[in-house]
Amino acid sequence: MKRRDFLKSVSGLAAGAALPAMPSVISPAKADARSETLLIVSEGGPNNLDIHGIGTNVPGYEVSWNCYDRLISHEMKSGPGGVPYYDRDKFKGELADDMKIDDMSVTFKLKKNAKFHDGAPVTAKDVKWSLDRAVSVGGFPTFQMSAGSLTKAEQFVVVDDHTVRVDFLKKDKLTIPDLAVIVPCIVNSELVKKNASEKDPWGLEFTKQQTAGSGAYKVTKWTAGTEVIMERNEDWVGGPLPKIKRVIWRMVPQAGNRRALLERGDADISYELPFKDFQEMKANGKLNVVSLPFSNGIQYIGMNVTKPPFDNPKVRQAIAYALPYQKIMDAVLFGLGNPMFGAKDKATEVAWPQPHKYNTDMEKAKALLAEAGYANGFETTISFDLNFAGVNEPLCILVQESLAQLGIKTTINKVPGANWRTELNKKEMPLFTNVFSGWLDYPEYFFYWCYHGNNSVFNTMSYKSAAMDKFIDGARTAAATGDKAAYDADVKGFVDLAFADVPRIPLYQPFVNVAMQKNISGYQYWFHRRLDYRAMAKG
Amino acid sequence: MLTMIGKRLMFAVPSLIGVVIVTFLLTRALPGDPAAYFAGPAATKEAVEQIRKKLGLDKPLIEQFFRYANDLAHGDFGNSLTTGQPVATEIRNRLPASAELTLLGLFVSVAIAIPLGVLAATRPGSWIDHLCRVTTTAGVSLPVFFTGLVLVYVFYFRLGWSPAPLGRLDVFYSAPPTVTGFYLIDTLIARDLEAFRSALSQLILPATTLAIFSLAPIARMTRASMLAVLASEFVRTARASGLSPATVIVTYAFRNAMLPVITTLSMVFSFLLGANVLVEKVFAWPGIGSYAVEALISSDFAPVQGFVLTMAVMYVLLNLIIDILYGVIDPRVRLEG
Repeated sequence: MKRRDFLKSVSGLAAGAALPAMPSVISPAKADARSETLLIVSEGGPNNLDIHGIGTNVPGYEVSWNCYDRLISHEMKSGPGGVPYYDRDKFKGELADDMKIDDMSVTFKLKKNAKFHDGAPVTAKDVKWSLDRAVSVGGFPTFQMSAGSLTKAEQFVVVDDHTVRVDFLKKDKLTIPDLAVIVPCIVNSELVKKNASEKDPWGLEFTKQQTAGSGAYKVTKWTAGTEVIMERNEDWVGGPLPKIKRVIWRMVPQAGNRRALLERGDADISYELPFKDFQEMKANGKLNVVSLPFSNGIQYIGMNVTKPPFDNPKVRQAIAYALPYQKIMDAVLFGLGNPMFGAKDKATEVAWPQPHKYNTDMEKAKALLAEAGYANGFETTISFDLNFAGVNEPLCILVQESLAQLGIKTTINKVPGANWRTELNKKEMPLFTNVFSGWLDYPEYFFYWCYHGNNSVFNTMSYKSAAMDKFIDGARTAAATGDKAAYDADVKGFVDLAFADVPRIPLYQPFVNVAMQKNISGYQYWFHRRLDYRAMAKG
Repeated sequence: MLTMIGKRLMFAVPSLIGVVIVTFLLTRALPGDPAAYFAGPAATKEAVEQIRKKLGLDKPLIEQFFRYANDLAHGDFGNSLTTGQPVATEIRNRLPASAELTLLGLFVSVAIAIPLGVLAATRPGSWIDHLCRVTTTAGVSLPVFFTGLVLVYVFYFRLGWSPAPLGRLDVFYSAPPTVTGFYLIDTLIARDLEAFRSALSQLILPATTLAIFSLAPIARMTRASMLAVLASEFVRTARASGLSPATVIVTYAFRNAMLPVITTLSMVFSFLLGANVLVEKVFAWPGIGSYAVEALISSDFAPVQGFVLTMAVMYVLLNLIIDILYGVIDPRVRLEG
């Protein structure tokens, strides 16, 4: 906030408060504090400061990312529109000075001067304890570690005080990237052990309430549901010392108020606003609005392939021809998304996400439906998650309208957020819309979770195909051994099959939208889509 | 007096037990599976089961209930899963925020509504009577969140008179050391005038929003009750005895017209606590209402139960206070109590 505006609002405030006009009592020190403080407003806040905790929510990841270090992190590259974008393939040390990859292990040398927030040195023992913790606590962290074939505590070996080795269970291209996600953060083991109990051997109750890391920031105050205050760690060695001294993160539930706060210049950054607001703010140019595609993320329409009518590929193709793609882009997203449809004349690429070959074509859809024996249509239900009703509801209404032209009667089923995961797990919804986005940006990673016959939670369609499994497994093996020709063939193979069989119809690649004041710089896009305060600057 | 209070508290016990049972059953009947919710998007079936076990949700309902009752008896309201904090602490921290806002709103409302009602009653059919009717009708027919948003739009966004709607204090002030939990009082105790001013200016818009909403019942009730009293014989006698109109209205009529107004006040106070939910959302107020709603949305049992129970206790106390007030205002009530 500009100082002049601030003083104006203070004097206005005095008038509003109907207090006798007195000389401004705000000390200059407070005005200076504002220029070194970043004020973030968002709808929700963390429920746990530790990503290893039970049920830590996504805002909690942001705290972990900024307050803990990992052994390694990603380099930045220039992304769409010149915005710094994390480089999937390039790593740099954070707590590690040096990384040496051998055939079946990787060895890290730790920075010797690294210290935790309480002053204790970061040692190999801490690293081992933290990684052991990540693979042992169960739930999300353990699951995420296993995605990189990191499942056993024996894999993490202390070589000496400042050297750690991670042994591979099998060759997996995702092991190294998985060590750079949020989960394998390094925790102050001595401090946490002191506060652990028999019932809670990993000290999760302790780290829930306070940060015990070596990261660039530390949480100094957290009032759940209200605010999080973070102060810079002056002794951070993980990278150049951040410019922002203090981060105040306030929860403002009302989207309209978040926008007003930004436009009045009181808040520095906000996300989670309706698309329409972002688009209007973009147009009026008072603020910087950054819109970047989710890496490896797609919003799609899924169909349960185990039950009629969607067990028939012809019906699924008919639906794929009947969806109002462009209308969704215009009326629901206000253009803030990458279309994933209508690549009719383009050859399949070795990439993901990429647009599919379908386009809105009602005649073809009708013909296909008639061929499948549903010339008069049928009745079905389309479900969506109410937590994301802002996008899902208009989207489903457009789909409903469009399907009605084929004689398909669709009822809309709104599922409360708390219930959505239960419903997905049951795998009984015939037709639904959802988003999947993988932290690790590799096509085979996406397909492994979403299309593989081992039927993970994200294979929401219960799709099973031996040919598909062969392609996916083939691509994973080829990636690990570095066989590029086989890899390319397999990736093209599974993409083509996914489009021919269409158990799910990709609609678009969503954008992450962040609005900030013009004087804020250094925003970086990360795979986790949360803010990295360390690179940001004000003024 | 003391026996009356004791008796009243005794009567409250069965209703509180009822509240405990009903909220327990109702929260269990909510759709949604907290274990699946808190296991996160990437959880496998086993992970969900693990969490269910950790939360004790795999036990039979009756066992869960006795555990809950036992914890309650020890003053333990359980842990909120959404905010990760013990419910008792959260309620203790958030209740003063809601109470401060509600009380100030009520105070503003009373300060406007009672004189307005009295004036309207002494001059029925005059312009002030019409003004009273129009303001109260307008106030009660506007939903609170709408009034709140309009006030924010006009006084913060357009005019810039009011501070940013960011909760109880400007972000750059730290909260005063807690004595009462009411920032207006605590900042004065800490002799921090800057923070006091900030807290007051943050309170004005939300308190006004609540006041606008609650003007109607108080003003209307005051007017009706005053009209009835003014038409009664003792007022006529007082007037005939040559007492000044001010003495007649304030000393004789007003005191007698107070009883129904006090009853209305207690009702207004309780529904303001409810209306708070929306105001808290609009003004990012860290109160108890927004806390309960968020918990409800994520099927987080403990805070919902804690909230309902706290509210029930508050109603019991409120009713008790009102009954005592009756006695103070009208000695006849005390004798009958």
